[in-house]
Amino acid sequence: MTDTTLSPEIRPAPAAEPVKSKSLYALDDLTRKRNASEKRFKFYGIGAVLIGLFFLVVLATTIISEGIPAFTRTIVEVEFTLTQEQYDAAEKELFKTKAYEQFFIGALQGQLEESGMSVPFDAAAIERIVGKTGGTIREFFKANPGALGSPAAFELAASSRVDGYTNGRVTRETLTDSRFLEKSDLDIVDSLVEAGIIKTVFNWNFITGADSGVDNPGGAGIGASVVGSFFMMLVVLFLSLPIGVAASIYLEEFAPQNRFTDLIEVNISNLAAVPSIVFGILGLAVFIQFMHLPQSAPLVGGLVLTLMTLPTIIISTRASLKAVPPSIRDAALGVGASKMQSIFHHVLPLAMPGILTGTIIGLAQALGETAPLLLIGMVGFVARGYPDGFITGFTEPNSAMPAQIYTWAARADYAFYEKAWGGIIVLLVFLLTMNILAVILRRRFERRW
Amino acid sequence: MSLFWLVVIVLAIAFVGYVAGRARALASAGGDMRDLHSLPSYYGANVAMKAAVPAFLILVLWLLVQPFVIHSNISGMIPEGSVGEGSSLGLVMAEVRRAAEGLDNAVATGQMTDDFARNARADFNDITTRLKEAGQIVTSQITQPIMRAAQSYRIMVSTGNLYMTIVVLLAAIAGGLWGIRETNAEFRARNTVERGIRVILFSAALIAVLTTLGIVLSLVFNTVEFFRLYPAMDFFFGLTWSPSFSGRGGSSELGILPLLWGTFYISFVALAVAVPIGLFAAVYLSEYAGPKVRAVAKPLLEILAGIPTIVYGLFALLTVGPLLLSAFGDNGLGIMKAGTAVMTAGLVMGVMLIPFVSSLSDDIINAVPQAMRDGSYGLGATKSETVKLVILPAALPGIVGAILLAASRAIGETMIVVLGAGAAARLSLNPFEAMTTVTAKIVSQLTGDADFASPVALVAFALGMTLFVVTLGLNIVALYIVRKYREQYD
Amino acid sequence: MNEMPNLEQASDMTASKISAKKVQVYYGATHAIIDVDIEIQPRSVTAFIGPSGCGKSTFLRTLNRMNDTIDICRVEGSIKIDGEDIYDAKVDPVQLRAKVGMVFQKPNPFPKSIYDNVAYGPRIHGMARNKSQLDDIVVSSLQKAGLWEEVKNRLDEPGTGMSGGQQQRLCIARAIAVSPEVILMDEPCSALDPIATAKVEELIDELRENYTIVIVTHSMQQAARVSQRTAFFHLGILVEEGSTEDIFTNPKDKRTQDYITGRFG
Repeated sequence: MTDTTLSPEIRPAPAAEPVKSKSLYALDDLTRKRNASEKRFKFYGIGAVLIGLFFLVVLATTIISEGIPAFTRTIVEVEFTLTQEQYDAAEKELFKTKAYEQFFIGALQGQLEESGMSVPFDAAAIERIVGKTGGTIREFFKANPGALGSPAAFELAASSRVDGYTNGRVTRETLTDSRFLEKSDLDIVDSLVEAGIIKTVFNWNFITGADSGVDNPGGAGIGASVVGSFFMMLVVLFLSLPIGVAASIYLEEFAPQNRFTDLIEVNISNLAAVPSIVFGILGLAVFIQFMHLPQSAPLVGGLVLTLMTLPTIIISTRASLKAVPPSIRDAALGVGASKMQSIFHHVLPLAMPGILTGTIIGLAQALGETAPLLLIGMVGFVARGYPDGFITGFTEPNSAMPAQIYTWAARADYAFYEKAWGGIIVLLVFLLTMNILAVILRRRFERRW
Repeated sequence: MSLFWLVVIVLAIAFVGYVAGRARALASAGGDMRDLHSLPSYYGANVAMKAAVPAFLILVLWLLVQPFVIHSNISGMIPEGSVGEGSSLGLVMAEVRRAAEGLDNAVATGQMTDDFARNARADFNDITTRLKEAGQIVTSQITQPIMRAAQSYRIMVSTGNLYMTIVVLLAAIAGGLWGIRETNAEFRARNTVERGIRVILFSAALIAVLTTLGIVLSLVFNTVEFFRLYPAMDFFFGLTWSPSFSGRGGSSELGILPLLWGTFYISFVALAVAVPIGLFAAVYLSEYAGPKVRAVAKPLLEILAGIPTIVYGLFALLTVGPLLLSAFGDNGLGIMKAGTAVMTAGLVMGVMLIPFVSSLSDDIINAVPQAMRDGSYGLGATKSETVKLVILPAALPGIVGAILLAASRAIGETMIVVLGAGAAARLSLNPFEAMTTVTAKIVSQLTGDADFASPVALVAFALGMTLFVVTLGLNIVALYIVRKYREQYD
Repeated sequence: MNEMPNLEQASDMTASKISAKKVQVYYGATHAIIDVDIEIQPRSVTAFIGPSGCGKSTFLRTLNRMNDTIDICRVEGSIKIDGEDIYDAKVDPVQLRAKVGMVFQKPNPFPKSIYDNVAYGPRIHGMARNKSQLDDIVVSSLQKAGLWEEVKNRLDEPGTGMSGGQQQRLCIARAIAVSPEVILMDEPCSALDPIATAKVEELIDELRENYTIVIVTHSMQQAARVSQRTAFFHLGILVEEGSTEDIFTNPKDKRTQDYITGRFG
């Protein structure tokens, strides 16, 4: 655009002279065009913001609509009385559980007729709807012989497809007849729902339970991995907060201006941008291959996440330390406090709200991180139970929330996808709580100097 | 003695040392605090510090080194022959550890005498059944070599722990005594304590450097190991990626180029989504929006950045993928075969990066001095002209830096591509085809069943090394540009 | 405050370039400018003086609607340029600012080449039909700003690389390039050393031939040196306005007298 070879001989153009003034009231064409392009540009900006917000809304509605069904489960509630004679007769049969199933179907039929409905069904259909019931019933009466002869209520979990049908995942149109469920079964389900025998209840097991095997999506819960995440976060909190604060104090207050300090600083800002998967590789190579710490343990996960979170915490802690005005330090030094005293007695307490806010945000980040956990074996591990004690909580293999979600997603089964979305809701509730806590801390203690 | 109690005891020694040091200091000054060099608590802290810090240091080092030493000792005991076909030393060692733990637990619950656990022979006493009866998890039949290894493992661990306890406690006591001995009225306790704290602060700062060192070393060692088994030229310039898990990975072709192509293609799509939207959003929020709109829209957009990547991954796999498939799949344009594709992962990653680009650009645009805007408005420029002709050119270096940071983010992103991009390594131009990335392959190579010593697993470290070098390079350049840019307007 | 009618002003009423009546400016709840009436003569230099925070800069910025860029700012009353109310809904501030240029306190060249700095205004206002016309405008503006000789061989060097005085003259050249009729200057010399200041003042004196110039300054000497008329602001009020000579030798208001004799400010 520029032209350095302009010759000084060029005559001043008359255009630059103020000749006659145009009226301000009349918009000239160019201005009109410019204003139109201004409007267009502003519109692009609004569009960009709206697109961003649109994605947020889509994401939120997807998560909620897909995840909510994970919090409900469908049960079949049947009440019936088994007499001593029936029991004895059943026990004499060759296929004992089959006999119990017959009793169950009979009871079901009775209950249906009682509520004035009659849908023909056979044992196979019932099996498709609630699974094999005979075993459960037999076990119950074997364990409680006293219950014979008096009415007993049975709450049986409906099969995952029936569950899908009642919460809208499966419809008559999408269902293809299979050995799991047939279209005709849905009529039975409908009348059972009408009779109040099949109902939807809140699925506590999803929140408190442990993971189930691949074949039992209904029984899968996220509770055990919440505990795993909790132990990991304990490790992260108790390592990264003190180390992060100590490192920040050193760098902000004591570090001499030299190459080594520069190296540490450049190092920290670059570490903050290293992909998380690389920390996973570090964890695998150092903690598991080299140190032989147990695989899948929250301790190892916590250590890896600590190293990953440290740079974030150091950066935010240094910012809060920097925000404390030098006059505070001068005042303390002025009355004869040592530098260490001025920092620990005055600067650090004043910076604490900011430090805690940064730490909570760092923890929230660590809580949602998945990639490094993949490499240290927290994914694929089926967390079937809770740890027995506090110490073993750190060292026993467990899963973590995001790892559990990934495990479910990787099972490629719609019933587990529902669990994965539900798990995301639980994870996001934790993250939201932590972030709200951080915001409250900041609002409450924010100080403007 | 469990670790927990050892820590408690060391802390107790430190506490006793604190009280003793404080008392001794006061006594040496005849009970008058004013005659002391430092406050009495500093004398106590000095003793406590000398008792606890070296003891804990020894403890940590011991804990790090002991498993390593035991491991190398035990693995020497396992005869070559007992590592079966399709198995590896690592798996056998895991079995040894499991057996040892089983024995421990069985003894602890009283189902086995300690004596029995030490001397039993797998070929005479049916150890496997007995352990199973005791409720212990044993995966395979315990053979005699494994049993012997497990028994020595148990013994080495318990003696190791015993020595550790003794050494740590001695160190704590000796440190405490030393601290008490030097305590007298003239002793400059505060200076000593502060020097000690300074060293602790410094070592905390050093951890960041050690982390980087750890990353580099673990990558370098394993990468070198990989290149010993697989030629580096084939890795860097190979056009095919087809690992073979059978055998020992002998017939694998492990060329990185298809993976790099996938990585850059997906990152490109992501940036093509995130940069225009993020930049326009930043311009709108910083130049046009009123304070109220800004106060609402900015945090809302930033929520997108706070959502864990696993959520985006699931979103890609279960929502965006099927949606794209219905538009471009066989029922639509017919150029998409499955939900997982470059486009799926790229779009979702782009959404994730929008707030990243917008908040970085927002900061950078705000750093352009108001005087620039005034100058432009004063000449009769409209807002958009000011933005396009003055602000963006002035902010360009900073924005380039921000985009580079976003690119490094995109290249290193794992979960979205693991779930959304597919698993097939492919050199193709069609964005609706499944491709895979460096990060996705790191995950699949290291979570598979492959032996850690085989090239198909070790290649993950070479991939990690490449990823680390690329992202580090981008970060260093980006951070340098951004810093230079900020200095310009400070 | 306006109880002493200014005869000279009244007689020149029809010829005045800018005429402000009952101007009020509010910043949120703060009433920053109160009831200002002033007539500004064409092709002359009018100086606004007063202690800092008195509202002189704020008032200056209302003259080309620069205050529009501040959300909380509100202007009432009427300001007419050549008889047209600049706050009329029909008026586009963009066109207004092309007519009423502005030079700021701190030199603020864009981080572009010297050429592009000067060419910026003509480009956005579409004033040149082709490259050679644009060249002509750039050259003549630089010549008028007295900068041509110094920069003619380095037009593609960044404007930010020049000395402070040169930068400010570049900003003046940049303002001239859009052929304004009025040039507003907000303490144009406050960031400059005395030699650079002298050059800029000289330039202002030359520009008076073709442009109406309003300059805000906190230096009374500067006002005395460059202006024909002077207005004294205090606490958002226009205390006194008249020929520069009158204001400095024979102030009518006690506050003006106190200010020019250095009792406050």
